[in-house]
Amino acid sequence: MAKANQPPMSRALARRETISGYLFMLPSLLFFFIFVVYPMVMCVFTSLTDATMADAGGNFIGMTNYVNLFQDGIFRKALVNTVIIVVVSVPTVCAFSLWVGARIYKMKDWACSAYRVIFYLPVVTGSVAVTVVWKWIYHYYNGVLNYVGTGLGLWEKNINWIGDPKFALGCIILILFTTSVGQPIVLYVSALGNVDTTLIEAAEVDGATDMQVFWKVKWPQIMPTTLYILVITTINSFQCFALIQLLTSGGPNHATDTVMYYIYYSAFTLYKYGYANAMGVVLAICIALLSAVQFKLAKSE
Amino acid sequence: MKMKKLIAGALAMAMALSLVACGGGDKPTTSQGNTPPPSTGSQNGSQTPSGGGNDLSANLTLATYPVGKMTDETVIKGLIADFNAVYPNVKIDVIYLDYANGDQTVNSMIEGKSAPDLIFEGPERLVANWGAKGLMVDLKDLLPAGTYDVTVGSCTNADGAVYELPVCQTAHCMGINKDLFTQAGAMQYINEDTHTWKSTADFLKAVEAVAAIHPQVGVVFCGGQGGDQGNRALVTNMYGGRYTNDAFTRYEANCAENVKALEALRAVNGIEFDPGIVGGDEIGLFCNGTLAMATCWNVGAAKSDTQGKTANFEIFPMAFPTESGDPSLQGGIWGFGIFNNGDETKIEAAKTFIKFMTEDEAQYKKIVEATGYWATREVSGLYAGTEDEALMTEYGKLVPFMGPYYQITLGWADARTAWWNALQRIGAGGDVKTELDQFVTEANAAAEAAEAG
Amino acid sequence: MNTGVKHRSVYQTVTMILIAIIAVVVFLFPLYWIVTGSFKTPGAINSSVPEWWPKEWVMRNFNELFSKRSAPLWELHVPLSEWFTQDNSQIVFSTGPTVPAAIRWLINTVFMSVTAMIITCVTASLAGYALAKKRFAGRAILFSLIVAAMALPKQVILIPLLREMSSLHLSDTIWSVIFPIVGWPFGVFLMKQFSESIPGEILEAARIDGAGEIKTFTTIVFPMIKPGVGALAIFTFINCWNDYFMQLVMLRGTNVLTMPLGIAKMQGEFGQDYGLLMAGAALASVPIIIVFLVFQKYFTQGITMGAVKG
Repeated sequence: MAKANQPPMSRALARRETISGYLFMLPSLLFFFIFVVYPMVMCVFTSLTDATMADAGGNFIGMTNYVNLFQDGIFRKALVNTVIIVVVSVPTVCAFSLWVGARIYKMKDWACSAYRVIFYLPVVTGSVAVTVVWKWIYHYYNGVLNYVGTGLGLWEKNINWIGDPKFALGCIILILFTTSVGQPIVLYVSALGNVDTTLIEAAEVDGATDMQVFWKVKWPQIMPTTLYILVITTINSFQCFALIQLLTSGGPNHATDTVMYYIYYSAFTLYKYGYANAMGVVLAICIALLSAVQFKLAKSE
Repeated sequence: MKMKKLIAGALAMAMALSLVACGGGDKPTTSQGNTPPPSTGSQNGSQTPSGGGNDLSANLTLATYPVGKMTDETVIKGLIADFNAVYPNVKIDVIYLDYANGDQTVNSMIEGKSAPDLIFEGPERLVANWGAKGLMVDLKDLLPAGTYDVTVGSCTNADGAVYELPVCQTAHCMGINKDLFTQAGAMQYINEDTHTWKSTADFLKAVEAVAAIHPQVGVVFCGGQGGDQGNRALVTNMYGGRYTNDAFTRYEANCAENVKALEALRAVNGIEFDPGIVGGDEIGLFCNGTLAMATCWNVGAAKSDTQGKTANFEIFPMAFPTESGDPSLQGGIWGFGIFNNGDETKIEAAKTFIKFMTEDEAQYKKIVEATGYWATREVSGLYAGTEDEALMTEYGKLVPFMGPYYQITLGWADARTAWWNALQRIGAGGDVKTELDQFVTEANAAAEAAEAG
Repeated sequence: MNTGVKHRSVYQTVTMILIAIIAVVVFLFPLYWIVTGSFKTPGAINSSVPEWWPKEWVMRNFNELFSKRSAPLWELHVPLSEWFTQDNSQIVFSTGPTVPAAIRWLINTVFMSVTAMIITCVTASLAGYALAKKRFAGRAILFSLIVAAMALPKQVILIPLLREMSSLHLSDTIWSVIFPIVGWPFGVFLMKQFSESIPGEILEAARIDGAGEIKTFTTIVFPMIKPGVGALAIFTFINCWNDYFMQLVMLRGTNVLTMPLGIAKMQGEFGQDYGLLMAGAALASVPIIIVFLVFQKYFTQGITMGAVKG
């Protein structure tokens, strides 16, 4: 669809294109600018002030919030946790769903769709309902996990899963994992089903092993799907807020604080509006860069 | 074709629903046909409604925390109905808050310039937090005659403004599982008639004794601020430490007595630091028999259908352990505050509501009984003839132990956060003195900021 | 040769069993636990020895859930009337019968998700088509802006958004959750990717035939991108249903709460009552699961369509 292929447009046509283009865009842009772009701009302005609840306007203090931000140990911890969540959950979700997808796509129709449904269930159950039930499963005193674990002798006495800094983040990542793999599995099943069978047969005739067939023939063909999954899983991982708010509130001792939760917390518990907005700006820049990289990557494929 | 049908179906459904739920706001609503609110000009005459309150007209929001039955819909709507019988044109919408998200909800309302007009909570929020930020209305002129001076003092800020009109109060205490304590032979460490521990050492012995037959005796919960009056009182009472200075301007919780107390708590068998739960969870675990002791106990929990009344053992209320034999219990005082939304009509209507609830003794008794606690002035026959009368008498024995209400110290909201974070670090093995020092530094920074601002 | 086949089948059996175990334990069990938990007695819930199958089935949790709060089943507001009344109150011309608030919450959630889905599908398919097929000034800049904003967490703009909602008189209404979701540009991006595949010649032919822009869109473009619209619809619906954060920040009144928010608030207010929470969770999830199971084929088709071109 390169521009060069298009015939040169007449002036009138170009004008018509521009007007109709913007008219088509208008409804969407209205929402986009009012509810995303404008608040984002305001966010940048507020981040340069010391606004608090009592003083919503605040005074202009330049980059002070940003300087403080990078000296704030909790922010650094939150940033690290956010990165851990993304770095652990994105590849795990992709790998797991590819593994499951590759196993189930050749099964009988009913079995394949049964699996797809089961893995998709936590997504439709909803993050709050899933989190609440996991909270009960993880419960220190009455949780099923501790009952089974101690019963089977896997660990000696009850473990305070979400109260122990060693385990809390892992617990959150596990829940995030269950609510994330549904869609990728569905995608991989159909992508693998669409792989050109003649190529596979040709490779098998040549004596290629299963592994070779997979990596040499199937993998390149499902690459676009993988990239799409990477993008949506990354978005998903960044959005995990409910889990943290309902399960640990960022504790114990900030072991599960993420930047997203810390923004909310700074704004509504510590009343530091300017500071919270500065954090928002930093996070937005990081994510925009990440999207740009992913997008470039997708384009080059 | 099927897709088309589906889309058509979805569209039809959405349209039907938009009829059902369109708007859907819980903001004050004006019913068609009702007289519209009076224009701004007619304010002067509406100060004291004579002969019914027909000329007073406003739409108010009342936000209430779960104090006793104050978030019980039938109870709160009943109180509002009493008010509306006299003032039919004041419409009050209720926003139900909880202690986990409530502060954030109110803060987001303030930030969205739609703060509730009336709010029901305690001085730590109304006076020390929103009041200190200049968001509340001074209610001094509404104080009913005979309100206890101590109570009024706790609702007053340094400049003499009363940001909370007190309605009820209680003394937070401990609760023990008497069955388990008797079984473990631990009742010998307790003065049953006064509901006190013989000494701190006896308290620790009792915990050890119970732990021998029931490993989980108690917890120092520190998953958040909910119910922190319990762990604060436990720590400060044990060896006579303090949390703030007497003027309520600075935090002094890093005193040697508190260090000793926290070290003792960490060392004793049967008590764990649990960063996974807050006070409400502790109560639940106590009532279902998991824990043998609760530090976040009070008469409200004892009377609750979902808490105290579900317990299948005898709950025995206790003061906190002390060396001196003179416990200092944390008080709880709850009452109304008014957010200054800059609308005189609304403020006037909100004041009228508070007056209506507190001035007349019969109505006042009704709201106090709804909260389930004790009155803040002398009233006769409270709870008389109700099923709670016996419990109120038993727990009433602890009320005289009530100590100073230091929850109105400057920077309280930040100090609370710093406190449970410090407890988490201590529970994870941090040095008690260092962590308490850090708490004091953080809390005092907030206090100084509050003073300066 | 023979042993190779045997090895392969052993390996496959093992992985199949492993997948089945994970599916049942990690994915199916929580749902089972929600549903059975909602019928358990408080004693069974709080027991440290779990009851795998409830010994006694009780409706207590649902009774609690339904008796806690009440709300009118519907309220018909005059749209935007709060802009014109003196105290910013809305004019209501019909209010439904009072029902347990949980039912209203469920209706609110469905209304919110369906409305957001429809508005997003309409606006995004129009915009995506224009971005892909129209050559106009500023197109490249707009597109970069959209890509940059696509993955932005909503926490970032939380405070400005709250202030904006109050100045638009939208705070504490369902719309304050719907509009930001519609504004989120992922849909536009997705629809642009889809519209790329429309052959330019067809559009050219339509123009030569004298078809207007709107006619071209409805008769030629829309049928071609329909699978993409399906994918976007599912994506938006699920996203909105699960968008707990916006709901938490924007909604407070009993009449506007959504089901997920209702459960979350119950957790804060009633502490340890997992029975009640499970009843809420069951009510929030079972209806959508049934819808999902019935339309499962379309769901998976829709999701798949999204990726083939995305």
